Amino acid sequence: MSKFKKKKGGELPAISTASLPDIVFMLLFFFMVATVMRDSTLMVNNSLPAADQVQKLDKKDRVMYIYAGKPSSRYEDKYGSTAKIQLNDKFAVVEEVGAFVLAERASKRQELQNVLTTALKVDGDTKMGLVSDIKQELRKVNALKLNYTTRIGEYTQNID
Amino acid sequence: MAKRSAPEVNAGSMADIAFLLLIFFLVTTTIETDSGLNRKLPPMDEVIDPPIIKQKNIFTVVVNKNNQLLVEEELKDISEVRSLAMEFLDNGGGQGEDACDYCKGKRDPSSSDNPEKAIISLKNDRETSYKVYIAVQNELVAAYNELRNREYVRLNPMSAMNFVEANSRYSDPRTSPSEKEKLKSQLSIVKQMYPQKLSEAEPNKS
Repeated sequence: MSKFKKKKGGELPAISTASLPDIVFMLLFFFMVATVMRDSTLMVNNSLPAADQVQKLDKKDRVMYIYAGKPSSRYEDKYGSTAKIQLNDKFAVVEEVGAFVLAERASKRQELQNVLTTALKVDGDTKMGLVSDIKQELRKVNALKLNYTTRIGEYTQNID
Repeated sequence: MAKRSAPEVNAGSMADIAFLLLIFFLVTTTIETDSGLNRKLPPMDEVIDPPIIKQKNIFTVVVNKNNQLLVEEELKDISEVRSLAMEFLDNGGGQGEDACDYCKGKRDPSSSDNPEKAIISLKNDRETSYKVYIAVQNELVAAYNELRNREYVRLNPMSAMNFVEANSRYSDPRTSPSEKEKLKSQLSIVKQMYPQKLSEAEPNKS
């Protein structure tokens, strides 16, 4: 009967952690592939207004971004506190929008040049004057597809 | 001495390094895609002789610098905009050639003839807040979407989708080409019934 002798001692065998790095690497690769790095650092306050009748924006390579809003606190003493436009990584005046759009358009592939959308990421507290000026500039360079980027939410959040 | 085997490298800290990288990528990741209200700007060139539009076919919304709303010459709250715009678009007051057989409105002769002629005109001041402007835009788009949903469901009772869902399915790259083709024709019928004629006046300089 000694063949079926109970193993002595109640201690549990240690769980092998050898596969832990594998699991972590798997996760790591997933996030590396899924990551889209922020391509430009925001220099303006950018709390977007809310809307619920939204449509998803096209693929990233068909979109150019124009930011606008008050300069964020670290730039405030240098650039003042009136709303400004940010193109790529620097502040710009309204007249530069047209040149920016043309440069962006030229940098895209031929077949995408006619389907580009301009995404306006404008802070909710900006005055419409600035937005209208941007729109006029976009019309001048024939960039007519426009997207007012918003957060998803009830419109009532916009009214205070 | 020459035969000594290389000591084994301790791999115990591998997990730590991997975790460090993992946390870095977790923090920098932005997976979500942007969404917003799509609009199309009018081309710059001036129309030589603009078509004459009857006043009753225009629904004017004005937002002033204090973010107050003037809808058809009356001070209104933003919560009323959607229903007022729907009432206007769906009125169908036209007779004969202009008659609208799918409209469910009051058929008031002093309001719009049919949805194809109805134009919403949005005007804002330079001092209007962008937030309020987006809220008004949202409500006007919502009015169109609600009417389009109604007609889409009526015409395609088997699809188990409304217009907005069908539209997002149409623009989804995973949808098969044959389904896209079908959706495209269904969508364009409804779009023709309620064309989105949202005109924006250039802001007054003041």
